[in-house]
Amino acid sequence: MKFKSVLSGVLLAFGFGTVAFAADVKVGFVYVGPVGDYGWTYEHNEGRLAVEEHFGDRVETIYQESVAYGADAERVINTMAMQGADLIFTTSFGYMDPTISAAKKFPNVKFEHATGFKLADNVSTYSGRFYEGRAIQGHIAGKMTKTNKIGYIGSYPIPEVVRGINSAYLHAKKVNPDVEFNIIWIYTWFDPAKEADAAKALIDQGADVILQHTDSTAPQAAAQQAGNVISFGQASDMADYKPFPRVSSIIDDWAPYYIARTQAVLDGTWESTSTWDGIGPGMVSIGEITDAVPADVKAEALAMRDAIANGTYHPFTGPIKKQDGSDWLAAGETADDGTLLGMKFYVEGITGKVPE
Amino acid sequence: MVIFGIDLVLLISALMISATPVLLAAIGEAVVEKSGVLNLGVEGMMITGAVIGFIFAVNTQIPIYGFICAAIAGALLSVLFAVLTQYIMSNQVATGLGLTMVGLGLSALIGKPYEGIKSPTLSKIEIPILSDIPILGPMIFSHDAIVYFSVILVATVAFVISKTRIGLVLRAVGENQEAAHALGYKVVRIRFLAIMFGGATAGIGGAYISLARVPQWTEGMTAGAGWIALALVVFASWKPWRVLLGAYLFGGITVLQLNLQAIGVAIPVEILSMSPYLVTIVVLVGISLFGHHTAPGSLARPFHASQ
Repeated sequence: MKFKSVLSGVLLAFGFGTVAFAADVKVGFVYVGPVGDYGWTYEHNEGRLAVEEHFGDRVETIYQESVAYGADAERVINTMAMQGADLIFTTSFGYMDPTISAAKKFPNVKFEHATGFKLADNVSTYSGRFYEGRAIQGHIAGKMTKTNKIGYIGSYPIPEVVRGINSAYLHAKKVNPDVEFNIIWIYTWFDPAKEADAAKALIDQGADVILQHTDSTAPQAAAQQAGNVISFGQASDMADYKPFPRVSSIIDDWAPYYIARTQAVLDGTWESTSTWDGIGPGMVSIGEITDAVPADVKAEALAMRDAIANGTYHPFTGPIKKQDGSDWLAAGETADDGTLLGMKFYVEGITGKVPE
Repeated sequence: MVIFGIDLVLLISALMISATPVLLAAIGEAVVEKSGVLNLGVEGMMITGAVIGFIFAVNTQIPIYGFICAAIAGALLSVLFAVLTQYIMSNQVATGLGLTMVGLGLSALIGKPYEGIKSPTLSKIEIPILSDIPILGPMIFSHDAIVYFSVILVATVAFVISKTRIGLVLRAVGENQEAAHALGYKVVRIRFLAIMFGGATAGIGGAYISLARVPQWTEGMTAGAGWIALALVVFASWKPWRVLLGAYLFGGITVLQLNLQAIGVAIPVEILSMSPYLVTIVVLVGISLFGHHTAPGSLARPFHASQ
């Protein structure tokens, strides 16, 4: 058995891969971090594994971890296309232009770019409405903070991250008018040492809640070391830090989408689309709210989750003003997707500027 | 002591922790380069130290064993580099880069079962009397053993290189390998030991990231610290105390800029983010404008006794 797998590995290495495994469809995944980050990339890889399990021998998957933005990304995507991938998921915002560029070169390959906004005949986009989860985090954070200072670790100042900050802030402010957000941008998705440093700097500045929009669990460890700071799992459950400091989490569930899209390629029905699903369809889910959260706060948070899921509540419901004091949403008005997708402004009350 | 909303005691104390991994790796690399060898595998040795240190600390629950094993692991990996470059005469730049890739891959492989596990961390050692000094005490004399160790190591390296016979021989080998050989010094043997020393300190530096600064194991977690260490050695003109200065400057501005962002200072974030790199380079280049500072004469040149 072992000898056989070694032998097929050798055959594969010599280019006989297609003979050894006659899969109908080959699916490639490009990851921004290591699969062991226990955050963003970990969940994408769980999605990939779900595809393998669902389709068995009919589908072969390949992946590449820790792919840098820019020329590296394009080289990796091109290589996957040349290796015969029929469908390629590029799972980070910065792969947008490399994906579009590769899609032009390989018109017969289907591409799926996560969190981006550029489409083509053979390029779809998909993302989760993470801001829905951020609203629930903001609510819990606003209720639980004692110093009224909430630390936020931002990766890149792109709409997705700014949207999360705004959503969390609005809901923290709603339950705690004294709340203040301290935001640090670290310009990376994954660098545990930098994330830990940022978390510590926020805690040194008096924050007792840490929200992160980066991929590693280092901020959780920093919160744990501090002892009296709460945190939330990002992209993945980060359950190792339950029940404290991690009191809840946003979990991205890509598996159903990846399976559906792979099925579409198998059936020949794949079309370029733009998918943006939230808690309702299940692409975003809220991890267990632990007992460290007071029972009434937990109940409110769960009620908000259910209201968002069934569409009765939108996290961006007016009246909301922009940071400069101008009106954005009138009372009762909800934000349209176009504005949300391009969001580069803070709402009223947040200090500091969105970096250009 | 609070200045502009930033507590100076917390800041200095945080910068020493933040700078220690890079400092340890850089001081080792400085010795390696002083002997005339350029080892670009620092990142690989650091990440190997990080994973091995983590594994041993978790299994023994004694962090200091982790650091010892990390030093041994870093040194062992550097032996690979030493054998290839000193005996088989492979190209140092290519071999060093290869070492980084081997380290990154190997550590990811052996570290798989340790992801998401928590490690025991180092306890702080309050130095009697000194730690009671107001302000200075909690700032400088209230750290874990490795922080003290890194400073003592810099002092020792500075002393050995400039004041002892061993240091003189090391420098001779690095400055002019043929002359040193003609005088009867074992060039290859000395370099071999210097490379192992560099591997050991890089290993400890890596373990400090996984056991103290973060503390957890995630693959790729050194995230370029080894490259910063390499750059520091050059900008510090191969002088141990300047390596310390550079590391603390880099660590200090990294921590400072995070704090400035946290309190919402009205300086563009882009400028704050690049400031650690910019300031460190400007200051160290500024210092090296005075006096004579060049790279060791035989740096990265292959040596064989028959030549």
